[in-house]
Amino acid sequence: MPHSLSTPDVTTPGGLLLVLAVLVPFVGVLAGMVLGGRGARRVALATLAAGLAIAIAIADTLVRSGAAVVYLLGGWTPPLGVALRADGLAVIMLLAVAVVIGGIGVYARADFGTPPGVREARAPFVFWTLLLAVWGSLNLVFVSGDLFTLYVALELLTFAGVPLVSLGGQPETLRSALRYLLYALFGSVLYLLGAVLLYGAYGTLDIGLLAARVHPEPVTWAAAALMTVGLLAKTALFPLHLWLPPAHAGAPAAASAVLSGLVIKGSWFLAVRLWLDVFVGVVTLPSAQTLAALGAAAILVGNIVALRQARLKLLIAYSTVAQIGYLFLMFPLAAGLAAAQLDDAAAVNGGLLQAISHATAKAAMFMAAGLVYTTLGHDRIADLRGVARALPMTLVAFALGGASLIGLPPSGGFLAKWLLVSAAITTAQWWWALVMLVGGLLTSAYVFIVVVRALAPAPEGWTPKASVPCYQQVAVLALALCSFLLGLAVLCPVDVAGIGRAVVPGIGSP
Amino acid sequence: MTLALAVDISLTLLVLAVAGWIIAVRDTFAAMIGFVAYGLLLALVWVRLAAPDVALTEAAIGGGLTGALLIGAAARLRGTEAAARAEYPGALTRTLAAVLAVTVAAALAIGVLALPDPTPTLAPAAAANLATTGVGNPVTAVLLAFRAMDTLLEAIVVLLALLGVWSLAPDRAWGGCPGPRRLVDPDGVLAWLARLLPPIGIVVGLYIFWIGADLPGGKFQGATILAAMWLLVIWAGLADTPPISRTWLRVLLVAGPLVFIVIGFAGSITAGAVLAYPEGHAKPLIVAIEIALMPTLVLTLALLVAGAPQRIPPQ
Repeated sequence: MPHSLSTPDVTTPGGLLLVLAVLVPFVGVLAGMVLGGRGARRVALATLAAGLAIAIAIADTLVRSGAAVVYLLGGWTPPLGVALRADGLAVIMLLAVAVVIGGIGVYARADFGTPPGVREARAPFVFWTLLLAVWGSLNLVFVSGDLFTLYVALELLTFAGVPLVSLGGQPETLRSALRYLLYALFGSVLYLLGAVLLYGAYGTLDIGLLAARVHPEPVTWAAAALMTVGLLAKTALFPLHLWLPPAHAGAPAAASAVLSGLVIKGSWFLAVRLWLDVFVGVVTLPSAQTLAALGAAAILVGNIVALRQARLKLLIAYSTVAQIGYLFLMFPLAAGLAAAQLDDAAAVNGGLLQAISHATAKAAMFMAAGLVYTTLGHDRIADLRGVARALPMTLVAFALGGASLIGLPPSGGFLAKWLLVSAAITTAQWWWALVMLVGGLLTSAYVFIVVVRALAPAPEGWTPKASVPCYQQVAVLALALCSFLLGLAVLCPVDVAGIGRAVVPGIGSP
Repeated sequence: MTLALAVDISLTLLVLAVAGWIIAVRDTFAAMIGFVAYGLLLALVWVRLAAPDVALTEAAIGGGLTGALLIGAAARLRGTEAAARAEYPGALTRTLAAVLAVTVAAALAIGVLALPDPTPTLAPAAAANLATTGVGNPVTAVLLAFRAMDTLLEAIVVLLALLGVWSLAPDRAWGGCPGPRRLVDPDGVLAWLARLLPPIGIVVGLYIFWIGADLPGGKFQGATILAAMWLLVIWAGLADTPPISRTWLRVLLVAGPLVFIVIGFAGSITAGAVLAYPEGHAKPLIVAIEIALMPTLVLTLALLVAGAPQRIPPQ
């Protein structure tokens, strides 16, 4: 009987930290609503610091104890109650999100200040409260051990994410926001239908208990299919990606960084959780291959369309469509490794690293594009002359982020793709390795084009339209460096991602 | 054929017919009216399934509140209805939508038909632990004790939805009053209703809220009725929506979730776990949370219907 979360259901020392990780951002949202205006920004920045400390404390607890951190809410044991659980996968995502959202917060300090003379302005107020809301929701996605609580987390994420798209207030951004809302709600409903079926069939919503109870039968397949499709729509995997590029076209840079770097990782993480921890033994290798085939199509289509973009922001958005594809290559690789009775850590860690390095790199690149837009007054790729002189630090950050997307050593993207390629070769699925190589080549083409255009000397007498504060450039560079140096994680002495995850008999195994 | 079976069959056919009509009808406004009727019929279905709590919620939220939101939207879209019809989706899109809907329905049907009999359920476990919570309604025990976290977070979801609606305001109207100023005949039938109904509605709403601890009912259903009464007074022009920058409004909006969180964390000291209640004090604490949530929900639901601020705030 496969069961992955073998942790006993008792609150572990430090479990309270998980409650804090979820609720502190939401307390920040509530406090920000009352204090309003400048108070909302102060509260948000203070919460970012507190939340990072909480994430570090959780990671410390996990590594020290060497087991998953668990908290039983209200003292009720599942299935009646709800448990919060953080294994290695969850803790790494918690930490990564805390770092990225901190970087975005520092960057956004300049863009979302309340103008002098007014008590409160629309865009700053909405941005700072929803930034915290996105964070709380993501933390809940990572640590929740209950399918319905996870549904609530997805709803929170939707309602926190959608208004960020139309923060600019132009009519076309409203259209994109509405399209995103429809995709996201459609995804939520499918997920909820699946969760309801599982409860009907097995009498529990708890992930650990479900993993022990599910077996291959029509109701489980129906639930798995509904939930997976719903999550794919939210993650914007090809061909359900149509909402993503327009959503980024008119969104502020910081909002794009949140959406592209973080929000879509929530639903992806949930898909990983379901496939690896709940439906293991139910989903088949061909179904995992289908997911990866969609991912491969995303890599090719996203990269080719990115190459044809005239605007920097849309180029980065289509690059996200492609990078999401890599996130889904891990499914058949993990399944293949498990079926061969090998440790699936290479595939799982590869997917996880891809998620983190993309989160850091993409947030940095969107924010770099935002600085370019402020400086030039446009973001036409054909006309990026002068960027290197006006924003040297930002251009370096863009190039480092791009290097991580391409997969150059020692970046996080390199280690991720290396792990995935080696897993593909070990499991004799060489075609996925081929897709990754072609994807890397296409990515390097458009990163190269942008950097070369930006390096071109500015015309005589050219002056930047506006100057940007130094700390914004530093925030962008710091995130890009995180992504670029993430490959050094290979030196980490413990396999943090594997903590709390028992070795599971894999997909397709007898 | 027994009477109950006849009722069930005709109810099912009626639900399907109304659903089909909503899809088939071209006029948005007519479809919305159909949607309200559909919500009320679903409430009856829940009554037949012996789930009065769900029935009340479906009638209040699914029929009433969502209906008011959609009818309001349809009314605003009237002017552009003809233009939007030009963008009517083509045959391919409609076929795809139909295929998708049929696939989902088929997956659900397979799942539901394959469910084991009897279906595994947590109802006995919930009933067995009811005594420790002090409340008599097992649904309330699930919502405020066993799965209190979900309820807390759902209250925040509704609040985020309101923020999302507010975020659609024009920049200059930020901080101002939601919705247009209502100019209604002060002696008209609407004003008359707005004077007549609220006293009754407030009593009914509070009653449904109060009995929720022990019988079917509760804060969401009660809050919807109170919100409806407030909206009626606003639509009749007897009162105006408050400017969204008002401090009292903000405080009441966050009071519910905040009290919930404070009592929840107090539980980690007094009862050994967050969102646990000390023995013997469970019921008063649950009632305290519900009372704090009540104004939050009334304001949030009513303001969701009222819409984004669109008038310049008073200086």
